[in-house]
Amino acid sequence: MTTTKPLPTSKPVAGDVISARSVVKSYGNSPALRGVSLTAARGDVLAVTGPSGSGKSTLLSCLAGILRPDAGEVRFAGRRIDTDNEAARSALRRREFGVLFQFGQVVPELTAQENVALPLLLSGVRRREAMTAARSWLDRFGVADLADQRPPQMSGGQAQRVAVARAMVTEPEVLFADEPTGALDTLAGEQVLDQLMRVARDGGTTVLLVTHDAKVAAYADREIVIRDGMVDGQSTSQATTSVGQHRIHT
Amino acid sequence: MSAGHALLGLLADGERHGYDLRRQYLRRFPAAKPLAAAQIYATLERLLRDGLVAAGATERAGGPDRTIFTVTAQGRAELHRWLSEVEVPSEYVANLLSMKVVLALLVADEKSAADFLRRQREAHLARMREHTRVKSDPDADLLRVVAADYALNHLDADLRWIDTTLQRVTQLAEEIRP
Repeated sequence: MTTTKPLPTSKPVAGDVISARSVVKSYGNSPALRGVSLTAARGDVLAVTGPSGSGKSTLLSCLAGILRPDAGEVRFAGRRIDTDNEAARSALRRREFGVLFQFGQVVPELTAQENVALPLLLSGVRRREAMTAARSWLDRFGVADLADQRPPQMSGGQAQRVAVARAMVTEPEVLFADEPTGALDTLAGEQVLDQLMRVARDGGTTVLLVTHDAKVAAYADREIVIRDGMVDGQSTSQATTSVGQHRIHT
Repeated sequence: MSAGHALLGLLADGERHGYDLRRQYLRRFPAAKPLAAAQIYATLERLLRDGLVAAGATERAGGPDRTIFTVTAQGRAELHRWLSEVEVPSEYVANLLSMKVVLALLVADEKSAADFLRRQREAHLARMREHTRVKSDPDADLLRVVAADYALNHLDADLRWIDTTLQRVTQLAEEIRP
């Protein structure tokens, strides 16, 4: 099934879609990121891994414009976004980014279809068009039969599929996913990831996948390891023989 | 597992006879399947034939004669080549990774052990990507998916151990070489 993108958007991005340069972020006196740099091109699927508290979720929040770094730069399609005000960053998130968390944060009072339609409605798409698009995205993730149900009536796996459909309904350039299957059992998590990656790769969506789970990271083409707020190394799908060859600048 | 390389590693810090090597082996690799005495002597004969160890004096201390062995320059080079070589991830759980870490700490240093662990982590993750691609293929039959699941879970177990050991390598180095 194909859908048409209901939002006006920029042309497909060439080169680096998202990049960070020497990003620093602290919470009070506690440094979370200490000069992280990375780039992701269109269609890249990149896993950001590391121990708990390493700074990987903070990195995702800085890249997605949820947090503003204390220093360094974040760019989307070559344009610096960390200096944008909250309204501009929020608009960017609605139109170009999809964000998915461990607990999908679907709105319990809304039906599955209304939940998925929500980002489109907030962007000014007419209700009828938004609901049609939402229905087709629920169908792509195999939960069209839940369209009229509300999250409390769904299993965790079903609710997360609704959340995934909502994150993808705007056909974002970049999907930021933070432990997207962390709350699901192994099989349900795999099914959600299989579908998500298939849809993302088919659409050329860049995916940044934050996880501490190597089995989730193995869905990505590339891994960046964060330790103590710094990049500790990275690896790619290609054969790897030397850590030194794959270290990137911090 | 390479018994020859294990013996070369245990000989790297000084000369030993076969009985001592057996004791050292049990001490250094307590979770490994013990080497039989016959296997140790057969392996030493092979190492001697290949010029990787040299036979020295014979000791006699209230028992049978015991030949002292030392590692040669060629044997040391072979040991370092082996220690720096990333193991092809196996579908079986292998303690070889742990042994390499211990021996790297014994004959080299903490950095060598940590570098090995990082490169091994990359090799494991690369293999996990291959299995993930296999099982994510919509046309994959369930037998392939189940086989890939088995491999992935074993590789994941190794990888978790690698991550934990990376966090412990400094402490481990202090314990092995106080």
